[in-house]
Amino acid sequence: MTAIELSNVSRWYGNVVAVNDITMTMGPGVTGLLGPNGAGKTTILHMIAGFLEPSRGGLTVAGAPSWRNPEIFRKVGLVPERDSVYAFLTGAEFVTATAKLHELADPRAAARRAIEIVEMTETQDRKISTYSKGMRQRIKVAAALVHDPEVILLDEPFNGMDPRQRLHMMDLLHQQGQQGRVILFSSHILEEVERLSGTIQVIVGGRLAASGDFRAIRRLMTSRPHVFIVRSSDDRLLGSALIGRPAVNAVELTPRGLQVRASDYGTFTRELAGLTRDRGIRLRELLPADESLESVFAYLLAS
Amino acid sequence: MSHRNSTAAAARSGKGAVSPMSGVLNGVVLRLTLRATMGRKRALIFAIAPVILVGVSALLRLTANSPSWPPEFLGVFGYTVVLPLTALIIGTSVLGAEIDDGSIVHLLATPVRRLPVVLSKFTAAVILTVVFGAIPEYLAGAIATGPASKLAVGLFVGALAASVVYNALFVMLSVVTNRAIAVGLLYLLVWEGLLGNLVGGVRLLSVDQYALGISNSVAHNASLHSHLTLGTAVGMGIVVTCVALAFAARRLSSFSLKGDAV
Repeated sequence: MTAIELSNVSRWYGNVVAVNDITMTMGPGVTGLLGPNGAGKTTILHMIAGFLEPSRGGLTVAGAPSWRNPEIFRKVGLVPERDSVYAFLTGAEFVTATAKLHELADPRAAARRAIEIVEMTETQDRKISTYSKGMRQRIKVAAALVHDPEVILLDEPFNGMDPRQRLHMMDLLHQQGQQGRVILFSSHILEEVERLSGTIQVIVGGRLAASGDFRAIRRLMTSRPHVFIVRSSDDRLLGSALIGRPAVNAVELTPRGLQVRASDYGTFTRELAGLTRDRGIRLRELLPADESLESVFAYLLAS
Repeated sequence: MSHRNSTAAAARSGKGAVSPMSGVLNGVVLRLTLRATMGRKRALIFAIAPVILVGVSALLRLTANSPSWPPEFLGVFGYTVVLPLTALIIGTSVLGAEIDDGSIVHLLATPVRRLPVVLSKFTAAVILTVVFGAIPEYLAGAIATGPASKLAVGLFVGALAASVVYNALFVMLSVVTNRAIAVGLLYLLVWEGLLGNLVGGVRLLSVDQYALGISNSVAHNASLHSHLTLGTAVGMGIVVTCVALAFAARRLSSFSLKGDAV
């Protein structure tokens, strides 16, 4: 089943192209929409949810165009990024109101079930204004789940969450994906996508840079040259030791420390600890110099 | 998947059980809007102008000697200040506040059609404007000339009409622009306040004049300075209301969220 289909979709604002000729399909399971800030992920999600008209191209969700078609929300649940909810309502009131808007037969039962799924039963009678960021995200997910949709769209669902809340949300989305739902979430954090998603769509500069199995794309990402800044008790000695290793391509002494260019991320980081220990060098700092997601994506795009 | 689909089908099996009004109004949207609007601190602002209107009327009743002060004061201060400003604040906030803070997405990410959303928001605005504008206008008229006087009843009927038409206009403005209050104020001050007094044709597109025309058809009081007949006032009021609400629903159907910062 293909639940979401984009065919040569572009979106521009005046002369600025936000999304450029994207073609992709998504089916059941969890799919991560990955890309740096401003890449076009949110624009794509908004177009899929029918809250933005594509400037060009075709887009269908559950077989129907989404733009100006509120009927798609019988099959789609949306968790927007913005934190604004009806803060004067309790969690239970909010989810029940959403169930009523979906014209469900038993809105209270549906709300109870959705709140149970996100494990908010104990706090459902508190006003949303008293909720933490993570709790607000979960109650928004409950509202998106209340009508048992085929497709759930989440815009940066982990933003502002603490690590425990992130793990909980990841488990929740993973379960929903395993139940056969189409889960599409956007994120600019590689590790979130790595943990959660088997399939990714990488968006860079409004274009689809990579698409498919995460592990294959991750290998492509990790096999690129990596640059590290290393500070130690004896940078010169460490530099001479490192240059003899096959995983290291270049070493340079700089005022910030030793700049090391490694061809293999995994091998270098594993060998570094043993190398310093064997030579009695104290390792003070190890910083990735080009680990920003933008540089990873730039490499991906170039390759 | 099959279990999930059967659950979904069962969950939606009650679709036919919704109220007959659901095609026009949505009770959930109406109740949420009333709670949201009254819950905001700005709700306190709603009460200021009507309290002044009723208070000054009581004071004038005790002190004024001229018999023409009730239509002059209630027609001018009530109809050109209290009612339009109350409607402006309420009408632009029932939908506009949710559009501004983004919470409207939770409402629009459901299958509810946009016309019932607009009509429910509009109905909430009318109810609140009647409470904070039309009823105080009647109370002030009743204090001035007695509870069953033609002037008090006429002012109330006109104020009801003004509550409807003004809110249709201001709800539409809140969908069209995020500067709805400024545009609404410009309309009230420049179009109704300035041009309406200078150019006769402008009165045909002036909600203030519709209200005065309807009010005068009951009160028959020349001091109200009404310039439109009842038929014209009612007809134009209906046209403006319908056009404004239809346009608002159309614009809300094309409601767009901002994408990434580009």
